[in-house]
Amino acid sequence: MRPFRHLCLLSLLACLGACGPNQDPEVLTLGGPFEFTSQDPARDGFVYTRLQVAESLLEVDDAGRLLPGLAQGWAVDDDGLTWHLRLREKVRFHDGLPLDADAVVRALEIARRKPGVLRSAPIVEIRAEDRLGVAIRLARPYNPLGALLAHYSTVILSPASYRDGSEVGWMQGTGPYRLEAFDPPHRIRVTRFDGYWGTPARIPQALYLTGHRAESRALQVMAGQTDIVYTLDPASLDLLRRQKDIRVHSDAIPRTIQIKLNAGHPFLAERDARLAMSLALDRQGIASHLVRVPGMEANQLIPPALADWHLDDLPPIRRDPERARRLLADLGWRPGPDGILQRAGQRFRLTLVTYADRPELAVVATAIQAQLREVGVAVAVGIVNSSGIPSAHHDGSLQLALVARNYGNVADPLSLLAADYGDGGNGDWGAMGWRNEELPALLRGLEAERDPARYRADARRIARILAEELPVIPVLFYTQQTAVAARVRDFGFDPYERNYRISRMSFASP
Amino acid sequence: MIHLFLKRLGQAAFVCWSVGTLGFALMRLLPGDMAFRIAAGRYGYDQVNLAAAEAVRAELGLDRPAWRLYLEWLFDLLRLDLGDSLVSGLPVLGEILHLLGHTLLLAGAAMLIAILIAVPVGLFAAFRAEGWFDRAALVASAFLRAQPVFVIGLLLLLIFALELRLFPVAGFDGARYLVLPAIALALSMAAVSNRVVRHSAGAVIASAFFAFARVKGLSFAQAFVRHGLRNGALPVLAFLGIQLAGAIEGIVMIESLFSWPGLGHGLAHAVFNRDVPMIQGAAMTLGLIFVGLNLAVDLACHLVDPRGRSDE
Repeated sequence: MRPFRHLCLLSLLACLGACGPNQDPEVLTLGGPFEFTSQDPARDGFVYTRLQVAESLLEVDDAGRLLPGLAQGWAVDDDGLTWHLRLREKVRFHDGLPLDADAVVRALEIARRKPGVLRSAPIVEIRAEDRLGVAIRLARPYNPLGALLAHYSTVILSPASYRDGSEVGWMQGTGPYRLEAFDPPHRIRVTRFDGYWGTPARIPQALYLTGHRAESRALQVMAGQTDIVYTLDPASLDLLRRQKDIRVHSDAIPRTIQIKLNAGHPFLAERDARLAMSLALDRQGIASHLVRVPGMEANQLIPPALADWHLDDLPPIRRDPERARRLLADLGWRPGPDGILQRAGQRFRLTLVTYADRPELAVVATAIQAQLREVGVAVAVGIVNSSGIPSAHHDGSLQLALVARNYGNVADPLSLLAADYGDGGNGDWGAMGWRNEELPALLRGLEAERDPARYRADARRIARILAEELPVIPVLFYTQQTAVAARVRDFGFDPYERNYRISRMSFASP
Repeated sequence: MIHLFLKRLGQAAFVCWSVGTLGFALMRLLPGDMAFRIAAGRYGYDQVNLAAAEAVRAELGLDRPAWRLYLEWLFDLLRLDLGDSLVSGLPVLGEILHLLGHTLLLAGAAMLIAILIAVPVGLFAAFRAEGWFDRAALVASAFLRAQPVFVIGLLLLLIFALELRLFPVAGFDGARYLVLPAIALALSMAAVSNRVVRHSAGAVIASAFFAFARVKGLSFAQAFVRHGLRNGALPVLAFLGIQLAGAIEGIVMIESLFSWPGLGHGLAHAVFNRDVPMIQGAAMTLGLIFVGLNLAVDLACHLVDPRGRSDE
């Protein structure tokens, strides 16, 4: 029996040797649901801008205004057709090469060839004007270009980053952290870059761990394994708020939970039918009791953070089931024996699909199901892969879809709105089967509009059309819930989700 | 032996073909557009649109007839080329080997811990048959076996990660991350295997040849080491093979619970992303592990039992 005793003792020692406090004093550990499979900015660039490995030519402040990034300044010709960008001096990539115009031209040309936001811009030519000067010539004036140059897919990488012409072998960016270890799809480790051109980072290392399940991420921060956990599920919030060594931050972000619907469907074609569905929703109840962030009820699609596009004078939408029933009755819908509305022998029955990537969507979908049932609309809820929604949009099978649309993916939502509502009023994630003659023209006009007052007026006209016509029903403005360990100082959240701002953070003294 | 090898090789080839074909057919029977699904995996869940899906469709030739794609896959399989992942674009073989390394590490650690628990507990229970230890081991085994492996994992998480904060909750970034998933799996495995060891050792102790060895004048320990161990090991080895195969199911659950980047976790994600080459590669690898385990058990029995060798 002696050898067995020895083996048992050894294994016990191995376990004891492996255990220890979960927090590393040198490493900031971050957890989020987002997987990455590559170092390609077009695919997974958001991970690298968030971890501050890669940087773009322009940056965005919390109000969506453009700021200098790798370009210290920019100017647009009077005809609006050429943008001139002046790069910062003395910026070096992580491989030691200097940032110059040739590197920028190459990175942007590669970004243009791949699916991404830059493809939507009418770019004719990108050229180096001198060592630090870059010019972008357009086929027509296009205001959103500045916002596109702040997007994660347009980050500037060292020429040595690319192999085979356009594929990224190992990312060499310019940020305050450089890539240290890359284990897709679960783990990225970054280390402080001492040659950074700006204010150097204070925490030496950061580790990003993908956690697929929201409950697991909540447990990770409770166990001290991660310092910051992004995108928490509503069910974990109360538990986390009760923890002494964890703070929960709730930050409004320009993302809206909304019901995308098929306005070409015979039940949803009339505007009053859509309005009735909107009035049937108890947004206050969903915000307070399900998402647990009161005050986030949405009365329009564009959140307040995007001030140019937000209507301050629009009243909140109060739940009014009586009016909803009257509107539906005026459209010929009558309650059947089971309370479900019927018209010409057809029951008012629809399918609402949503996806699991945003943990609160499934819960909100079931609440909507119950609330619509109260006015006689039967809804079946289905959870699909997110791709099922644009796919069903194109094959015409979509009826209702609950989505969390990110209007801050690009700092100016114009290009996104043009994609969602520009093509005769239809887009993969926007309207479906809906037509409005005024909207596409307004969106096209804004691309060239350089007067800020007129830009704002037309943007608000677009917002009003969407709020009145309801091609998509707004439900809630989105709140990013983040759990932060007490030892983390100077935590900040970028509402555009471009940057985790880890270089500004530090650890509290033990 | 050669006959055995050839038999297992034939099984391996059949597993590769059948699992791969099944994966190919199932993925095409699922509702939804593959190009959109793959584009969502590549460009982000809310970045997918028609343009991205069409780019994926053109790049991967997804509009070609299914039979043609199947024949191409079969031909590549004969050349041991599993293709590239539709999501990451990297060779499937490399990704599978990366995931397999993590799975084998977890399975190996769990197996080692399970043996360290099951053999001493089983033997001690056999030596004190019907005593309090034997009965306590029986109750503990029944309790542990009655729990799904993820319940054991959750209990360990609650105690050692959340309360005591000794181990991480999930992920993989060093040896500390291995401990809880390996112990969860090992407890589930040891719950049955210690009873197999106990009954096997008990049968040896009650046998005529063991009594004869004792009558010859050997001490209990001498008699057990010389005559009991090998005889008792045969059913244990055969059971270990079955248990390892069962452990692969447990590994899929444990990998998901602890976000362990192994084959089971990879397979689940490949299914979610409709990454057909990865699904086929991961499923085939799991199938080949079954065949390999059977071969390993056959070989072990062959080495331990001289009667099998003398039959040849």
